Formats: sequence, C-alpha cells, structure tokens
Amino acid sequence: MGRLRTMTAHRTSVRIALGSPLQLLLLALSFALAGYAGVRLLADDWFGVALWFVGAAVLHDLVLLPVYAAVDRVVTGGLGAVGRREWTGYVRVPAALSGLLLLVWFPLISGRVAERYESATALSADGFLARWLLVTAVLFGCSALLLVLRLRRATKQRPPVAH
Amino acid sequence: MARSPSLPSSPSSPGFWRSPLRGPWFTSLLGVVLLAGITVLFVTGLLSYASYNPDLSPVNDKTPDKGILGFYLFSWPTGPHWLYRLNQGVHVTLGITLVPVLLAKLWSVVPRLFQLPPARSLAHALERISLLLLVGGALFEFVTGVLNIQLDYLFPGSFYPLHFYGAWVFFAAFLAHAVLKTPAALRNLRQLREARSGDAPPEPEPSLVAPDPAEPTVSRRGAVWLVGGGSLLLFGTSVGQNFDGPLRRTALLAPHGGAEPGSGPNGFQINKTAASRGIAAAETSEEAWRLVVTGPSRTVRLSRAELLRMPLHSAALPIACVEGWSTSDQWWRGVRLRDLAELVGHPGDAPPDVLVESLQRRGAFRRAALRANQVRDPRSLLALDVNGEPLTPDHGYPARIIVPAAPGVLNTKWVARMTFGEL
Repeated sequence: MGRLRTMTAHRTSVRIALGSPLQLLLLALSFALAGYAGVRLLADDWFGVALWFVGAAVLHDLVLLPVYAAVDRVVTGGLGAVGRREWTGYVRVPAALSGLLLLVWFPLISGRVAERYESATALSADGFLARWLLVTAVLFGCSALLLVLRLRRATKQRPPVAH
Repeated sequence: MARSPSLPSSPSSPGFWRSPLRGPWFTSLLGVVLLAGITVLFVTGLLSYASYNPDLSPVNDKTPDKGILGFYLFSWPTGPHWLYRLNQGVHVTLGITLVPVLLAKLWSVVPRLFQLPPARSLAHALERISLLLLVGGALFEFVTGVLNIQLDYLFPGSFYPLHFYGAWVFFAAFLAHAVLKTPAALRNLRQLREARSGDAPPEPEPSLVAPDPAEPTVSRRGAVWLVGGGSLLLFGTSVGQNFDGPLRRTALLAPHGGAEPGSGPNGFQINKTAASRGIAAAETSEEAWRLVVTGPSRTVRLSRAELLRMPLHSAALPIACVEGWSTSDQWWRGVRLRDLAELVGHPGDAPPDVLVESLQRRGAFRRAALRANQVRDPRSLLALDVNGEPLTPDHGYPARIIVPAAPGVLNTKWVARMTFGEL
C-alpha cells in the first residue's frame, strides 16, 4: 500500500515536470516546422542571421523598452514634482507618436540611405527630416492647444474660492 | 544561486512592474488584434511569394531550397489586373500599421521575460524557447520589411530568403502561441466585458497585474486610444503611396509618398532609374538597340521602328512594387506578347512561357520568366509608349514588359532578348 502511494506520487511529479502532453505535441510540431525553415534561414550566414534574430529580441526587451519606460518615468516624475502629474498625457502622446514615426522611418529621416534612394527613385531625399519635424511640431502644438482649452474651461467652471 | 524575489529592485519580482495598465484585458485585446493582423500579413506574404512564379524558372527563384514550403504554389493569375497592387499594398501598409500594436503587446508582457522560476515543467520550458522564436521572429520580420521598403539593406543577406524563411520560423511559433493562448484571450475579453471592469478572471500563470500599482496617469481606454492613434497615424501617412495625385502627397514619410518624380505622361513613380542600373543612351539608341526574339522556328531581330509597325494594342495597368507602393492604371501601348510568340513560330492560341532578359547587367531580376497564362493574356504587352508618349529611359525605353497583376520586377525594363518556349 505504502509502495503504491509512492509510485502514484512519483507519477504525479513526473506529470507536473513534463506538463500537458497536448502542449508538448503542439510545441514539438512547431519546432519541427521552425527547424525546417530555420535550417534554410541560417544556410548562408548563420551567425549574422542568428545574431539578428536573437539581437532583435534582446535590443527590444533590454534596450528600447527600458529606455522609453525610463523616459516616461522621468516625464511623469518631473511633472509630478511640480504638481502637474495630470499633464503627463499632453507630453506622452505627442512624444510617443513622433517617436513611433522616427522609429519606423529612421533610414529615410536620418538620410542614411539618401544617395541610394535618390539614385534609384529619382525622388528627393531631402524632405523626410523636415516633414517629420513638421508632424512633430503639429502633434505637440495640438496637444498644447488642447491643454490650454481644457485649463480655460476648468477655470470657468470652477466656483470662485471664498477666503 | 541566492534569489530574493521580494526585492522590488529586481525585474523578476512582481513588485518591480508598477504600471496599472498591465493585465489580462490589455494583453488579450492586443493579442486578438495581432492574431487577425499577422494572419493577413502571412497570407498576403505567401501570395506575394507565389506571384513571382518561383517554380517556373530558376531566374525567378531566390529560394531554390524551399522544399515543402512551396507546397501551395500555383500559376499566378492575370486578373483582376489590380490583384498584386491590392495584395502588396495590404501586406506593407498593414505591416506598418501594426508596429504600435506589436510594441504595445511586447510591453504588456515584458514582466514574463524575467519571471522566476524560469520553467515550471518541460512543456513550460519549451514554450519559453518558442517565445524567443516568436518575439525574435516577429521583430526580425518587421525590421527586415521596414528596412527593405526604405532601401536600407543592413540585414545579413538577400531580402527574399531572409524574409521568406524568417516568416516560416516566426509563423511556426506564432501558430503554437495562438493555439495555446487564443482561448484564454477570448475568455478574458468576454468575461471582462460581461463583468464591466469587475473582478479579473483567474489567470493560470503569474498575473500580469501589478501587485503594487503606481497611481495611474492614463486610463486603459486612453492607452488603447494611444496605440490605435499610433496605428492610425502610420496608416494615414503611408497608404497614400498606393495612389496617384493628391492622395500620394498624404503619405508624408513613406518612401514613395510626396511628389511624383516628374511631370507629364512619364511622370509617375520609378522603381529603379536607368542611370542607377547603368543603362547608357548609346545602347538604347535607334541605331544600336535591337530586340532579339527567339522561338522554335526562327530568331528575329527587331528595331523599335519595326516594332512600332506591328499591330499595336493598349492596356490600362498599374505598376505595383513588392515594397508596397503602386501607381494608378497607366495607359500602355505596344506589341502583344502572344503576337511576338506567333512571330517566332508558336501558334497564337497556345503561346508558351518566355524568358525576358534586360540590357541591365546587374540586379536580381535582370532576367525574368513569364508563364504561358501571362503570355496569353491580350493585355500583356511589350510596351513602347505610355500615356500617349514614348517611354522615357527611366520607364524602360526602348521597350518594357507590362503584364496584368504581376509584381513590378517581372515587368522587365530595357528588354534586350525574349526567348519563347518551355523553360
């Protein structure tokens, strides 16, 4: 009887250590397909591609995300220190949208592909930085305008303070 | 190794993550959007791959060792004539639009990256390895795509095999993740909608909800608006590069947005200029240039003047690039491909495949093959004029191919030689 209980306990712990068999099967199939394509992906420059694959995840998770989270915390903290924590959104939204455009279109905005771009397409590579700055200015301008309007409305609605 | 999971200074302790936005609802919503969006990206990507007819000829095939990954390949049709324009416009514009959703999704689950113990079971350990393929794969696909459309060829190798094989690695992990998580994500959304911000449903894994949340600076609804606003901004400043005229100017930062490269009948968008491909005026002049057409019965050499004396036909067709920009329909005029096939001995009702070679000496698609169904279509032309004027050098003077629904690179410019027959 004691021996049977030990066996059952042993089986349960093995089951827990393995996890769901269906999940294992699914993951095995997934790895088989990823392996089949991965061998071909790595065929030419395995080190370069592996570096890009893992590097993209590491750069995002350990550099990009901590950096923008820290910047956000600095903005929130700074506004909080001057008692204007509720203004965070008016900085965060235009900054996030502008940063997003810069992230996606960095090669064109920075001009690092200007020569190849102009030679291939017969289009001017000059406008991208100016247009991005313009969009950024419009985003921050609209945000500031919205803040001013809300503040004025709040001032009008607030009853006069009696001393 | 000693661990101190209670120290909030360590990212592996739940108290380290303080945003009140993180939780099953936010992650589930973003997950469901990505489930739909990435499925569309994958399907349009596979269709774009098929549109090159890689199984037709080695010159079209940049992934000769694809094996079973080409299982679904089929003869790319010639109608509707805007098929590739739509497919690739959706693929690239949707990809750009999903960037904020992907970033927000990764932000919402980042505490899981540091979760301890690293694995509770073998299945959980494998799932976490699979998540590396999922996150690495998603970023790899988005980054290679976004760089390629801006002609920034930083990535280690040719875009075609990297983006194609990378997509399959990513999709393998995506599929497993979708099967494992979608039921829970849908359940979360349904329960939270019913509960109307009531108690959160129980989570099987360590919760994403911060145990010690900071004072909120934005509501959940506000955060969703920010992500959606980012998507809308990217969409609004990119989609215009698929249309001519004032709409193109709305694509403020997209590579083929803004102004047209020129004015007049030949003023529409150019993929690669003559100068950038090393096409000299001396080799395209009336005296120097001859088109060599070869078939089973004979080989003919034709000057541009002789081609202009053949029966000429018109077709209104767009230029649609793999990079996700396109033009509206242009009015092309030239000799039908099936008439050229007939000239060298192929019966007019059963034209064969054709290998088209350009004057250009470098470039991945200086030679391209077209399938019999493409040669047969009466709108498939060796174009000599566009919008009522002779082609300019940048649009392929003396003669270029234009085929309905074909990707831009198969519409070979500066054609020098055409070989009709089995490839």
